[in-house]
Amino acid sequence: MKKRKIKETIQKAVIWLCAFITVAALAWIVIYIIANGLAHLNPDFIFSEYKGGKNGILPMILSTVYVVLLSVIIAAPIGVGAALYLVEYAKPGKLLYLVRFATETLAGIPSIIYGLFGFIFFVTILKFSFSLLSGALTLSIMVLPTVIRTTEEALKCVPVSYREGSLALGATKFQTIRGVVLPSAIPGVLTAVILSIGRIVGETAAVYLTAGMVTRFPGSMMDSGRTLSVHLYVLAKEGISFEEAFATAAILIITVALINLATNKAAGRLKRSFTSQDN
Amino acid sequence: MNNTQIKISTKNLNLYYGDNHAVKNINIRIEEKKVTALIGPSGCGKSTFLKTLNRMNDLIPYVRITGDVYFEDLDVYKDYDIVELRKRIGMVFQKPNPFPMSIYDNVAYGPRTHGIKAKEILDEIVKSSLEKAALWEEVKDRLKQNALGLSGGQQQRLCIARVLAVEPEVILMDEPTSALDPLATLKIEDLVHELRNNYTIIIVTHNMQQAARISDQTAFFLHGEVVEYGPTKKIFRVPEDKRTEDYITGRFG
Amino acid sequence: MTRNLFDQQLDDLHQNMLRMAGLVEESIEKTIIALKNHDVKLAEKIYRGDDLIDDLEKIIEEQCLNLIVQQQPLAKDLRTISAALKIITDMERIADHSSDIAEFTIKMAPEKYIKPLVDIPKMAECAKAMVNRAIDAYIKQDVELAATVCTADDEVDELFSLIVLELTEIMKKCPDTVGQAINLIMIAKYLERMADHATNIGEWVIYGVTGKHRKYNNKLT
Repeated sequence: MKKRKIKETIQKAVIWLCAFITVAALAWIVIYIIANGLAHLNPDFIFSEYKGGKNGILPMILSTVYVVLLSVIIAAPIGVGAALYLVEYAKPGKLLYLVRFATETLAGIPSIIYGLFGFIFFVTILKFSFSLLSGALTLSIMVLPTVIRTTEEALKCVPVSYREGSLALGATKFQTIRGVVLPSAIPGVLTAVILSIGRIVGETAAVYLTAGMVTRFPGSMMDSGRTLSVHLYVLAKEGISFEEAFATAAILIITVALINLATNKAAGRLKRSFTSQDN
Repeated sequence: MNNTQIKISTKNLNLYYGDNHAVKNINIRIEEKKVTALIGPSGCGKSTFLKTLNRMNDLIPYVRITGDVYFEDLDVYKDYDIVELRKRIGMVFQKPNPFPMSIYDNVAYGPRTHGIKAKEILDEIVKSSLEKAALWEEVKDRLKQNALGLSGGQQQRLCIARVLAVEPEVILMDEPTSALDPLATLKIEDLVHELRNNYTIIIVTHNMQQAARISDQTAFFLHGEVVEYGPTKKIFRVPEDKRTEDYITGRFG
Repeated sequence: MTRNLFDQQLDDLHQNMLRMAGLVEESIEKTIIALKNHDVKLAEKIYRGDDLIDDLEKIIEEQCLNLIVQQQPLAKDLRTISAALKIITDMERIADHSSDIAEFTIKMAPEKYIKPLVDIPKMAECAKAMVNRAIDAYIKQDVELAATVCTADDEVDELFSLIVLELTEIMKKCPDTVGQAINLIMIAKYLERMADHATNIGEWVIYGVTGKHRKYNNKLT
């Protein structure tokens, strides 16, 4: 009896330790970066351009936000649409198998290959040149598998009883999907979008091969630009300034947090507009 | 007695799930504005039969149906558009399944689906449907709140209101109280009793006392067949078939 | 699936029904003996014994109500239990009539009978047999047997008419006998009612088994 209790305590301790390591590592990274970056963080650094003796990162912040927005705007509808097809319409068979296989394979490809593809296809063949658009398109393709898989899971989790209830009221399949299934899946879609944002923001290889590394303000989506991650990479790799690198990293973390927050808000509004049609 | 109309009837209705012959040669005539109870042990085909009436089985692959179902002399499987059919034959499910949206939107869902947009009309439909479902008084001050916050019994009455909002003529109920507590169950039963004045109701139930309480006609299903069909009073007092007797006195099998 | 507890409880109910029937038969039998032998003591015993039957009726009634609450009987079970409820009322009435007759026995004890009692004991015998058979039919759920109870009632009715006719003749011839003759007619009437109640029991048995009401006797409501 006592032995069992000791065993139980040890097991519990191990699980606690695992959880502690995870949280501690994360906390350590965040605290380390912010603590190191904070010293260099000042309005001048954040809100000035990267030229004329100044080394501000405002252009990079803007480029990052643009790329993220653009990629999500492209990837989310396509991904959700594809997931809807796979879950709601596709009949089990070869085609469904093929599409599944393709998305899974896409998910496993290293990002540098997406970068090369984007460079050849969007930059060179389509002549978008190094631009935020090329970058966003490339990143969209990169995050599509994530969006599709996550949305698929969310759609599968919508109870059959919702669909039955709607169909039994005489709603068509499309009305049912739009009126009941999608709104219930919104949290899942949101997860997909947040995961994608994480990957987009953190991406370097695929971005500098397609969006370029120019440090000026992007004027339009056909302009080239440098995202925060790329900037960070350059700063660290060229050994320009580790203080700046840390400060940039801190800003990067804050930017991601802000974008996630905004996404949450937007999704809430989206859900409301889906479910209540009278406003 | 003879002025009752036949609302739904079936002719040699059979249903197969793949090789499984789930519903066997059903010939039944359901009277208008009466409550008809379908009883029988689990897996006897009563729910499956119920779902053939509004074609909910269409959703399930590998289902094959032979024979005819007539709804007011027209063939359910040949003469009706499925949207039109389901509008006129509503369904309430075993587990309350309100949509994850506000109480108002739940009730307005059907009418909106069928193209009603005007707010005044929708308001009126929502109010009258909730009143008919005996829920208005309980929710009139919180129509904008999420329906999932209601109790199980209220959710089920909301589902009934949602069905009433599309103005059906027939309401199919698939064990509507099996997930509810006794008090909520009695409320639903009272409601069914009210509704029978204006609607034809077909209810599947495992609760024999419930069938005895609320129905006018009872059909006993066994192994996919209708063993006995007749006035509820007769079925529960003096059933004709030995199998019916054994089932309702709990000495089955 | 079986319902062991329920079947056990039904069996208990039947045992009590049998007990009550036994007591009722006994009281009829003793009533006749007391009447024949001017046995005041026995008559008083019958009179008091009625309380026992009344108590048993209450017990069975409660048993039936409990069964309805606990088991919610339907169909056959429902009919069996509702038949039991009705049957005990009829049995209780039969026992009441026994004590009514016992009362007359006590009243008439000092007198000598104006004629030897032949048909009245015959009627009593008949009534007793009917009750006996009716209860037997209830236990065995035997419709045929129950039906014979109902037809036997005609025999009792005939005997009753005969007795009334005979006593009327006696009264006409000798007005002194009127007091006792009326008492005897009353006793015959009670016996006739007993048979009617027995018929009722038979009818309830038939209802319990078949679910159909068959009216053999319209004199009782």
